[in-house]
Amino acid sequence: MFLINCPFCGERDQSEFSSGGEAHIVRPKQPTELSDDEWAEYLFMRKNIKGIQFERWNHVHGCRKWFNVVRDTSNDKILSVYKMGEKPPVNYK
Amino acid sequence: MPNYRIHKTEYIDETKRVSFKYDGKTYFGYEGDTLASALLANGIHLVGRSFKYHRPRGIVSCGAEEPNAICQIGSKKDLTEPNVRATELELYEGLEASSQNCWPNVKFDIGGINNFISPLIPAGFYYKTFMWPKSFWKKVYEPLIRLSAGLGKSPTEPDPDIYDHKYVHYDVLVIGGGVSGIIAAKMAAKNNFKTLLVDDKKILGGSTIYQNNDSIKIDDKLSSEWLKNEIQEIKKLSNLTIKTRTSIAAYHGYNFLLAKENLTDHLPEEKKKNKIRQRLWKIRAKKVVIATGSIERPLVFNNNDRPGILLSNSINKYLDYYGVTCGENIILFTNNDSAYETSISLHKKGIKNIIVDLRKSASSELIKQAESLGIKIYFNHVVTNTFGYRKINSLEIMKLSEDGNTTVGNKIRLSCDCLGMSGGWTPMVHMHTQSGGKLDFRDEDQVFLPKENSEDQISVGSCNGDFDLENIIDKTVNKINKFLDIDNQDYQDTNIICSKENDKRNIWLLPNKIPLGKTKCFIDFQNDSTAKDIKLALKEGFRSIEHVKRYTTTGMATDQGKLSNMHALGIIADTAGVKMGTLGTTTFRPPFTPLTFGTLVGRNVGKFFEVVRKTSMHEWHVENNAEFENVGQWKRPWYYPKNGENMHDAVQRESKAARDSAGILDASTLGKIDIQGTDASEFLNRVYTNAWSKLAIGKCRYGLMLNEDGMVYDDGVTTRISENHYLMTTTTGGAANVLSKLEDYLQTEWPELDVYLTSVTDHYSTASICGPNSKKILNKLFPNLDLSDENFPHMSFKEDKLENINCRIMRISFTGEQSYEINIESKYGHSLWKMCIEAGKEFNLTPYGTETMHLLRAEKGFIIVGQDTDGTMTPSDLQMDWIVSKKKFDFIGKRSLYRSDTVREDRKQLVGLLTDDPKEILEEGSQIISDVKSKPIDMLGHVTSSYFSPNLNKSIALAVVRSGKTMKGQKLIIPMENKNINVTVSDTIFLDKENKRLNA
Repeated sequence: MFLINCPFCGERDQSEFSSGGEAHIVRPKQPTELSDDEWAEYLFMRKNIKGIQFERWNHVHGCRKWFNVVRDTSNDKILSVYKMGEKPPVNYK
Repeated sequence: MPNYRIHKTEYIDETKRVSFKYDGKTYFGYEGDTLASALLANGIHLVGRSFKYHRPRGIVSCGAEEPNAICQIGSKKDLTEPNVRATELELYEGLEASSQNCWPNVKFDIGGINNFISPLIPAGFYYKTFMWPKSFWKKVYEPLIRLSAGLGKSPTEPDPDIYDHKYVHYDVLVIGGGVSGIIAAKMAAKNNFKTLLVDDKKILGGSTIYQNNDSIKIDDKLSSEWLKNEIQEIKKLSNLTIKTRTSIAAYHGYNFLLAKENLTDHLPEEKKKNKIRQRLWKIRAKKVVIATGSIERPLVFNNNDRPGILLSNSINKYLDYYGVTCGENIILFTNNDSAYETSISLHKKGIKNIIVDLRKSASSELIKQAESLGIKIYFNHVVTNTFGYRKINSLEIMKLSEDGNTTVGNKIRLSCDCLGMSGGWTPMVHMHTQSGGKLDFRDEDQVFLPKENSEDQISVGSCNGDFDLENIIDKTVNKINKFLDIDNQDYQDTNIICSKENDKRNIWLLPNKIPLGKTKCFIDFQNDSTAKDIKLALKEGFRSIEHVKRYTTTGMATDQGKLSNMHALGIIADTAGVKMGTLGTTTFRPPFTPLTFGTLVGRNVGKFFEVVRKTSMHEWHVENNAEFENVGQWKRPWYYPKNGENMHDAVQRESKAARDSAGILDASTLGKIDIQGTDASEFLNRVYTNAWSKLAIGKCRYGLMLNEDGMVYDDGVTTRISENHYLMTTTTGGAANVLSKLEDYLQTEWPELDVYLTSVTDHYSTASICGPNSKKILNKLFPNLDLSDENFPHMSFKEDKLENINCRIMRISFTGEQSYEINIESKYGHSLWKMCIEAGKEFNLTPYGTETMHLLRAEKGFIIVGQDTDGTMTPSDLQMDWIVSKKKFDFIGKRSLYRSDTVREDRKQLVGLLTDDPKEILEEGSQIISDVKSKPIDMLGHVTSSYFSPNLNKSIALAVVRSGKTMKGQKLIIPMENKNINVTVSDTIFLDKENKRLNA
């Protein structure tokens, strides 16, 4: 059970949050311009990394804010937490 | 009656005699006893039958690792509990316990015949035997296996006990109150860490607390005396909490641990009443010190399972802690020094004993002490067989060959009434591995040790492979100082004298002249797996330890292989000729010891099991005999039976009344989201498939929401209250998810939009009145409101007051009838409802529930998201292309509507179905086919909604059918168990295609 440091509320139990999958997937500005393959790439393709992964989480039973999390999936350590719109920390790649 | 309690100890209160029943017979013990120690004091070793062969089995250990002494406690239907370890159960006045897995009784057990046919039931017997004939499985094999499976009996009535949960936060959690745990807790607490120390026993001190050998001393005191002092000291520390009778069940990530505290299990029946029985502690600790100790290993030799054969250290504990000797003529069989402590203790109490040591020779303080006391020691010998049916009475030993692979010389037969075995020690690494820690293997004494890999947890003491007291204390102090980054000097000058073990010899499967196939060398006592079974599994090609475990069931009993897993691994390694450390281990899974369901569930039972949401009108529905349906957490009226009506009759009556005159529905549960902001219109444009910019203030519009994959996600009517203010309604079940999804887009994709979302579902109560007389009823309620179709047309919204309270009235319809939804602040919902009912009396205003609502909307072909759709339906599949804007540049899911898959002509599409026999009602979920003869039969789709319509006087149904759009008029077949039903594909709208009734 993670402890997640919500950038708005502070450290809370995982049960207050819901996970929203991979972070930094930008919705295409002009979907109609895309081929089926390009659209499928956006719609379906997600990474499944053993190691450092960038994810979205929502403090659904708290402030309802979405934010980003850097997590090492090999040991579940959360390495960094940052707000939507902020750039991912450069030291994790 | 024999009495094996031979001396007084401070842990047994001989002034408090306790009577208890075991297998129906009354015995006596004392306060401080466990059931096991009290039984042993009465000379009872035989406590059960083994699972597979029904061999007589006795108490083996004195703790959580016990495989044999598991009993059924109590006999009441609601309070009886199976599989309780007698070694952990504290004795109380009136305790009733019985042995398990034997019939008619433990001394004469019919199942014992399995022992004689055991060559016929090898490993994997069940897998191999019950394969054929196939028809035998259901009627013969399964009932038989079920009859002989399982250990105790479950209670058959609800548990009346109270259980509790508690959340706590600590800087440091110390698991285990033995010598290393006590030191760790003291160091932490004295250095300002808020500390919690838990131990599963009644008192702290682990195995050192009853240690009384004068060759083991700390600061010139017996180690037990020194430790008692330490315990007195830590009890004074203000920021240390000590919880005894509390065992850690699970160690999850981020130092989140679950502990079970036993509060009343040790109390007499009358004192248990109205008290919390067990409490589940949910612990968050910044740092965790694991000091769980180690468990003594049995030795694997022929007939090593007879009653009277125990672990050597357990014999010691029964003697020095409980004052009970396990026999009068004891033999100790060992491969290490610890059995010598037991031997010396026994000797001092005048119990005759001899030692069989498989090591060639050994020298240490303890061994010198034993030798000087004149205790007979057979070095380089092994036990090859034991005798005695209900209890051991003698055994045979033989000399070991130089390489230890075989026995040499003559058999020596020794009589005894008890055998202690010590195969070394297994560090309890469960907590470490549960937390995600890895293990190292130490060849020297064949143990798996925690590999340090985290700054959040550490293992100290014998669970870390440090076995002698000097090592334990020195290393614990150093490690804790480093771990907590402190410089504690309390133990700087502690002077420890202890014996050091110098010689080791480990043989997993002891050699024997008898062929292995004819021996019974048990590895897992509870599940009856033997060395032979393990070897058979290897012979049959199993290699992975996980597979061997499951095939032979080794380590899969209620003790989870605490005594058996290492031996299974060792024998596999030896047989396969590989190094033991390279095999890995099976997974250590929580819980460490079994938990009751009560503990896990806590207070969330009965009406606290789940959150229930009720509308403001709920009481009225109850008073008017509504049957309720669960929709998400909501209780919604399903139908209102009158005069003993069944559901069908009630729904027919309600549906007819709604179309003939007027009906009223409690629509308060529909999700409501308040949307405000200068970009609210643009936002709706992006989340719904249709256009919103031109919706006039005071007007309502139906919207369909898709997922980005183009599939229908939710629907509902949204009203424009003012320029920048909308009220969105969602489906009852989808409200929370829709809000989440909208927030997601707003916060992450379109943060530039000025839009604010608020869930107002609970803020308003909604009464929906429909039917040809609805307007007249509204007129009575709101006499000043102009209800004319010109002023207040379909799909528009007005505000008015009811007795001075503001109401929002939407003229919208989910039934196809002229219909009004009155929204009022929730606290007035009940009054509103009653006023509506009163006003509607003269028009036979009939309350209707969800079932009638579903019927009425199906007559009109309106979909229910989640019933007629299942996450694979596009708007086009639903024949709702009209609601998808062609002009809008983008909306959620738009691009997916022309992917190659979503434009396929042969997708499943929503159609109407009419049965050829209009009385025949289809079953929802039925499959649809076109040809009964084709093989395999081609499944075309399924029925999603089906009703008998009283207004049309015929059966109607909605269904999804492959290429359904092009099939109108075509005949299809619904195959049922006993017949085929013929249907014809129709339009989805069955009633009032021209929408005349909306303005009737």
